[in-house]
Amino acid sequence: MRFKTALFVALALCLAAAQAIGGTLDDVKKKGFVSAGVSGKVPGFSVPDDKGFWLGLDVDFCRAVAAAVFDDPNKVKFVPVTTKERFTALQTGEIDILSRNTTWTLQRDAEQGLEFVGTLFYDGQGFMVNKKLGVKSAKDLNGASICIQIGTTTEMNVSDYFAANGMKYKPVVFESADEAAVIYDSGRCDVYTTDASGLAARRTTLSKPEDNVILPEIISKEPLGPAVRQSDGQWVDIVRWTLFVLLNAEELGVTSKNVDQMLKSENPDVKRLLGTEGTYGEMLGLTKDWAYRIIKHVGNYGELFEKNVGPNTALKLERGLNAQWNKGGIMYAPPVR
Amino acid sequence: MYVKRERSPSLPPPRSEAGVVGWLRANLFSSWPNALMTLAGLALLLYSLPPFLKWAVIDANWLGDSREGCLPPLGDAAGACWVFIKVRLGLLMYGFYPEAERWRIDLAGILLAAAGGQLVAGSLLRAATGRGRRLTGLFPLAGVLLSLALFGILPGLVACAYLAAPDILARARPGRLLLGLAHRPQLHLAARLGLAAGAGAALALGFGAAGQGLAVALSLLAASLIFIALGAYGQSAASVRFSLLLGVYPVICYALLLGGGLDLPLVDTDNWGGLFLTLVIAGVGIATSLPVGILLALGRRSRMPVIKALSVSFIEFIRGVPLISVLFMASVMLPLTLPAGMHVNKLLRALVGVSLFYSAYMAEVVRGGLQAIPRGQYEAAEALGLRYWRVMRLVILPQALRLVIPGITNTFLGLLKDTTLVAVINLMDILGILKSALADTRWLGFTKEAYVFAGVVFWVICFGLSRYSMLLEKRLKPGRN
Repeated sequence: MRFKTALFVALALCLAAAQAIGGTLDDVKKKGFVSAGVSGKVPGFSVPDDKGFWLGLDVDFCRAVAAAVFDDPNKVKFVPVTTKERFTALQTGEIDILSRNTTWTLQRDAEQGLEFVGTLFYDGQGFMVNKKLGVKSAKDLNGASICIQIGTTTEMNVSDYFAANGMKYKPVVFESADEAAVIYDSGRCDVYTTDASGLAARRTTLSKPEDNVILPEIISKEPLGPAVRQSDGQWVDIVRWTLFVLLNAEELGVTSKNVDQMLKSENPDVKRLLGTEGTYGEMLGLTKDWAYRIIKHVGNYGELFEKNVGPNTALKLERGLNAQWNKGGIMYAPPVR
Repeated sequence: MYVKRERSPSLPPPRSEAGVVGWLRANLFSSWPNALMTLAGLALLLYSLPPFLKWAVIDANWLGDSREGCLPPLGDAAGACWVFIKVRLGLLMYGFYPEAERWRIDLAGILLAAAGGQLVAGSLLRAATGRGRRLTGLFPLAGVLLSLALFGILPGLVACAYLAAPDILARARPGRLLLGLAHRPQLHLAARLGLAAGAGAALALGFGAAGQGLAVALSLLAASLIFIALGAYGQSAASVRFSLLLGVYPVICYALLLGGGLDLPLVDTDNWGGLFLTLVIAGVGIATSLPVGILLALGRRSRMPVIKALSVSFIEFIRGVPLISVLFMASVMLPLTLPAGMHVNKLLRALVGVSLFYSAYMAEVVRGGLQAIPRGQYEAAEALGLRYWRVMRLVILPQALRLVIPGITNTFLGLLKDTTLVAVINLMDILGILKSALADTRWLGFTKEAYVFAGVVFWVICFGLSRYSMLLEKRLKPGRN
């Protein structure tokens, strides 16, 4: 009896495994939700609120994908993944999208069997110093002691930057960003460095935020974007064009508030985007109104930026590089046509 | 001539030897070094305690439900901001478990507290009279009433059935009732196992036809119930209660907490978190590492070379690697070796990792106890004609385990605290939830409050465990041989 049960279980497992190998879109539709790998610990990008509801730019992007597929932004299961296991989780199919402010680099693109669909947020590493040091530029930091979080690309970027400029520095390394910030606040090191998106948020938590300045230099390129498995072209396209819809909608002035009026718009670009003309959604394996769903439920890129990291949030980030290409930034999405 | 015929009453002790002064002299200022250390200790307390209390209690902010409650116009920035912990308490306790379903965790907790509390109280009060034993009966009564009052009729009935089962089973002797085995009231182990497995499999097939997701759990429940019931003859209610806690309670918890049938919506383990998850990992780790550890320790001392070699290599391999790397292997390497599309649940991977790791440590603790038993005990037991397992169960292990209670407690406490390491595979235990709370843009910068809270929670649990083990030690008197 027991042997039979065991055999039964093994057989069922094999069947389940065999079924799982198929298109990601079919899989996702069958299980009824998109499973998204997120960090869970990055302010403004992915973090649960008091009630356990996920907030942030990375998180809202996953909701946009769910809206496109299911017409329901809440059909996402958020799986917190660490920096070490994130690629494994994606490769093995535990998650369908990796949206965990991951920097798009050649090595990751080529070696990890994954495909970055684009850039959701252009970040870069910066420095914060106390005003009383009188430092105006990162070039004046020769000999400074720097609080760094260990084991990140941050460490490497600092050493590259100082070597390139022929300067010396004293690293003071910490396991967590919190610890590094607290120590910086106590004055044990002159400089605190991390990605610019994190610097602004950290500054608000210091004992005297107004005494600290963020230096103008950005010393690294950190294009952060969602990634998916390389092997499934259709899913790559769906996720990539979800990002492009967010950007195009902002460029064309379609927001979650006016999207219903925009359905009557005579602008051919808007008509193609919202599916009142053409069958662009169906080419992706979705429905005609896929982009309408995304904008209606989640909003456009500008709205997401304002809500999660913009000037009215604790992060107080300006659009900068993340503005549209015609507004001084480098956000440029190919057209829907 | 005056002869005093009665003893004059003894004088009271000198004032310097009695009362508070006497106690102080005897304990705190008995010698110069002692006096110096007392003063140094007092100075340290005076230096550290008032600022801490001022921060944590006097200046602390308790009111409101947003960050503003802790900032100057409304609150005091110099004090701790417990509002931060307050608004997240639900998340810290239950993780992402849906709010409407949290009563299931509460019910599991009440069942454990009632059944476990009765066992704990019973083990400490065994010498007590009948009244003491009746007092322990208050635990299940309170458990049933609480479940009825808080969760309604059906959960109350489940609690009632589970908590009353030991007394009923111990009195009713169902083994005899079921099979009329008047002459062999206790079935042989293999027969019990066979009957239970048969019934379980039959049920599994029955439920499986109906397409119930809960089929396996229910069949397991039935099988373990039958197994325990068949062996209940002549056992005391306490030992039946113990077997129920080990055999039936986990299955009830599995069905209750995971759900997926019987009007209980499925709550995936990805949603488990907070203190609840910490306790699940610690509980499963403790419940599996002790029995597996005992088996490994016996295996290591076995005269059979294969078993011995297997035990030794398992123990030495596991002890040679850090827990963090075991968890990494489970979370990063294991999925790569499985066929595409097949996932082993992340929590399950962590549970297996933690349990195996601590089994190896437990094995060495138990082996220490086994070595301390004089050879004469083994020989005497064998001379009585007892076979290996009986020698171990009746003579050696009771003595050996009693000797190593401090070591076992030590390992349990280590396990409990090491559950925080699951953060490296991003399971949201209480520390993981706190860390994610720290990243909320509306609540940045309350690091101190978060870690103090985590420290206090762990301290309370560990201190409780260690007090219990000390009481148990006193009751069992390991010094007595």
